[in-house]
Amino acid sequence: MKAKARTADVVIVGGGIHGCSVALQLVRRGLKTIVLEKDHVARHASGVNAGGVRRLGRDLAEVPIAQASWELWQDMPGLVNDDCGYRSSRYLKVARNNKELQQARIRVRELHALGFKHEEVIDRETLNEFMPAVSEDCVGALHVEGDGAAQPFRTTIAFKRRAQDFGAVIEQGMPVTCLGRKGNNWLVRTPSGNFETPVIINTAGAWGGRIAEWLGDKIPLEAHAPMLAITERMCRFVDPVVGTLGDALSFKQLDNGTVLIGGGVRGVASLDNNSTKLDMAGLSRFLKTAQDVFPVMRNTNVVRMWAGIEGYTRDNLPVIGKGSESGVFHAFGFSAHGFQLAPAVGFTVSHLVMGETPNLPIKPFAVGRFHV
Amino acid sequence: MDYDVIIIGSGPAGLAAATLIAGKGGKVLLLDEQLRPGGQIYRNVENTSMNLRKILGSDYACGEALVKKMRQQSVDYIPGAVVWQVTEGREVGYSVNGKSSLVRAPWVIIATGATERPFPIPGWTLPGVMMAGAAQTLLKSSGLAADGAVFAGCGPLLYLVASQYLRAGVKIAALLDTGAKPNYLAALPYFSGALKRWDMLAKGMKWISDIRRSETRVIKRVSELRIEGKEEATGVSYRTYSGAAGRIETKNIFLHHGVVPNVNLAMAANVEHLWSDEQICWYPRVDSWGCTNVDGLLIAGDGAGISGGLAAEAAGRLAVLWCLKELGKIDPTECDSLARAQISALKHETRIRPFLDNWFKPPEPFRVPDGDTIVCRCEELTVKDISDVIDIGVAGPNQLKSFSRAGMGPCQGRYCGLTVQELIAKKTGRKMSDIGYYRLRPPIKPISLGEFAEMDAGPPANES
Ligand SMILES: Cc1cc2nc3c(=O)[nH]c(=O)nc-3n(C[C@H](O)[C@@H](O)[C@H](O)COP(=O)(O)OP(=O)(O)OC[C@H]3O[C@@H](n4cnc5c(N)ncnc54)[C@H](O)[C@@H]3O)c2cc1C
Ligand SMILES: Cc1cc2nc3c(=O)[nH]c(=O)nc-3n(C[C@H](O)[C@H](O)[C@H](O)COP(=O)(O)OP(=O)(O)OC[C@H]3O[C@@H](n4cnc5c(N)ncnc54)[C@H](O)[C@@H]3O)c2cc1C
Repeated sequence: MKAKARTADVVIVGGGIHGCSVALQLVRRGLKTIVLEKDHVARHASGVNAGGVRRLGRDLAEVPIAQASWELWQDMPGLVNDDCGYRSSRYLKVARNNKELQQARIRVRELHALGFKHEEVIDRETLNEFMPAVSEDCVGALHVEGDGAAQPFRTTIAFKRRAQDFGAVIEQGMPVTCLGRKGNNWLVRTPSGNFETPVIINTAGAWGGRIAEWLGDKIPLEAHAPMLAITERMCRFVDPVVGTLGDALSFKQLDNGTVLIGGGVRGVASLDNNSTKLDMAGLSRFLKTAQDVFPVMRNTNVVRMWAGIEGYTRDNLPVIGKGSESGVFHAFGFSAHGFQLAPAVGFTVSHLVMGETPNLPIKPFAVGRFHV
Repeated sequence: MDYDVIIIGSGPAGLAAATLIAGKGGKVLLLDEQLRPGGQIYRNVENTSMNLRKILGSDYACGEALVKKMRQQSVDYIPGAVVWQVTEGREVGYSVNGKSSLVRAPWVIIATGATERPFPIPGWTLPGVMMAGAAQTLLKSSGLAADGAVFAGCGPLLYLVASQYLRAGVKIAALLDTGAKPNYLAALPYFSGALKRWDMLAKGMKWISDIRRSETRVIKRVSELRIEGKEEATGVSYRTYSGAAGRIETKNIFLHHGVVPNVNLAMAANVEHLWSDEQICWYPRVDSWGCTNVDGLLIAGDGAGISGGLAAEAAGRLAVLWCLKELGKIDPTECDSLARAQISALKHETRIRPFLDNWFKPPEPFRVPDGDTIVCRCEELTVKDISDVIDIGVAGPNQLKSFSRAGMGPCQGRYCGLTVQELIAKKTGRKMSDIGYYRLRPPIKPISLGEFAEMDAGPPANES
């Protein structure tokens, strides 16, 4: 005889940081919540990303939710009972020519007009003061005080454990293979049993497009594999997290002295077998940028390179909001900058599920924006 | 240059393979990080003095002929070439003198041999402690031998190196043998098979009797070891199964518990690996020619499973025969007939393995440490650190790596991978084969950032 479907108030598909953060806020509101994860929690982007907790340089549409998230990051022990290895100091995006610096000035003006005062442009002297090791070719930077970085795997696990503390059920090794209607409810199928629920939340990251399609929403999503490299330990030479304005390099020296370098160049992701392929040419390119910005790094050894699978939307903004069918909510497609947003996304999605109006502007992330 | 075959490693497997393929008119590139051909067993054999050869023994000297044959063929041999990646598309990345290049061929043979098993006991990371194979490397490459050292562990290589040390005229303070009774019982059923290689058994007995006849203190059935010292090793204390305990003063301790396949390159190339409960290690799944699940990628020699130098030669030739046949340089009948001799050589060489594997199986206390013993030397993580992470539900090697950085350092898990796996198995009661190993990524050896930056790698495939 077939086992009866398990029931819940909410089933969340995908145990990345967003699935766990949403689960945490929903169990705190008293809903019976089950998270289904096909591999293990933090196996993908959420566990292997660069850990950048950055408001700086975000698309203007994302600034309010990033700012709200930043406030939550200031008290991670209060939120998830762990400091998540979060350290903040400064975040800088260096300009390597005057044109880049000029664009940065325009951006800061726009931000100020919207009432956000956290970013500013600094000149070469101030830049050198913050980072004596920076190359002489850098002419200035976009700067914010208070952004930083955390340990991604540890952070995601902290969300998971906190959600479990409040009663969330987290099932790992359980892929959702089919979603369909059963009366007013959704029937969720997995090889190890079915679930019945009135509310389904899609936090399936790069796989979110597939899940969305099963739930009746066609959302174009591409999977790519952003790449990272880490060096051996070096003497402390840079405190801020550093990026570049021209290309999407990010660069930080961790507590143990190793330097983590990420670039805008991506490898190849395969959704079907969870695999990523590195692109040596791309890695070579972004390591060259790292060397240009910090000549001291030239002789440092790179000890490891990897990539994670991430979903990208056409406008590089996430999909957050109600689906077109009842009882469906989406939060995926974070386009390589979703780690920082997770604390706020948990609250926002829980507001939507509870039928409340979110206190943050999420219209730019609406599911319907891709409909023609 | 367009190569038919790229061979990584110039030990007996790589040398035999390169020689054969060049002899049949194939274009071959042979890469090895050492400055001289010979691999582990015949390290530096072209360059050693008569005296050093006497010390190292006749098995060592016979490697010279193998090296000579390779030198006589037109093999593009690049010494000092550190291979830091092989991809599924058979793109080989290597570094020579601080410059990296990428090269591709229809066939790639990984012949990177074995590596010594980690030996995590208290104090094993102190200066003065090294693996016995590494001590032998010093002897082979520069004739150096430390006086008054302590050898500890078990396995043929331990006795071999100790006997070489004695022949070099230095004193060994003690040999602490960790051989355990249950092993002898487990090995018994394989003894008759091993007798077919009485010559090998006799060789081992000779090493042991050389040690016995010397002034070396031999302490058997050692059940516990602890290296002492703060800044550097100052001694080693031990306990035996019968309860005896003692301490020996020394600045040099050489540990050894056998060798395991060097899997890093192959794993990073997505070659499927299997777990051996008998040998307590991972080995690549290869067919009788050495072919793996990755098209065009073969593995030969101790890197495919520990069988020794002569078996490695045969395996190297078999791998090359397959490539030659596929390249159309020999026909299938010639391939089969040439293969026959290699297959029987391989069989002859591996007869003694089941006996040796069981007899010298490293006992658990020396594989699964406890307390403050360091597991991951790169990140200085102790057993307790690792256990705490397992306790919060992080129970896979990759999860554990992401959480604690164990295995993320420059050694890429060579020193801690097996230990971490065993700690997880022990704590969670799961099987070793279910736990799996670290996902390995290039570069499998550290390469400078500048070298990557300046490498000619063509245009990026996918830019954001
Ligand atoms: C330290 C040590 C000492 C040993 N000494 C002996 C001994 O004295 N007698 C004995 O019978 N057996 C010895 N062995 C066992 C050894 O494995 C032999 O069985 C034999 O050398 C195996 O031959 P092989 O061709 O498979 O590999 P090896 O002889 O090990 O040759 C592999 C070669 O690959 C090269 N290599 C590895 N990785 C890379 C890389 N990433 N890039 C470039 N080159 C690379 C190495 O430099 C090496 O030259 C030893 C093993 C070890 C680990
Ligand atoms: C290399 C890299 C560097 C990055 N750096 C940063 C950074 O510095 N700062 C920043 O803010 N962001 C960064 N990001 C982006 C950030 O990591 C992601 O946006 C974020 O982790 C996305 O979280 P998620 O929960 O949506 O997705 P994921 O972590 O991918 O989680 C989705 C989960 O859904 C599961 N799943 C999929 N399909 C199914 C199914 N059918 N059934 C069950 N489960 C399923 C998957 O297994 C997966 O675990 C980076 C990303 C990468 C890859």
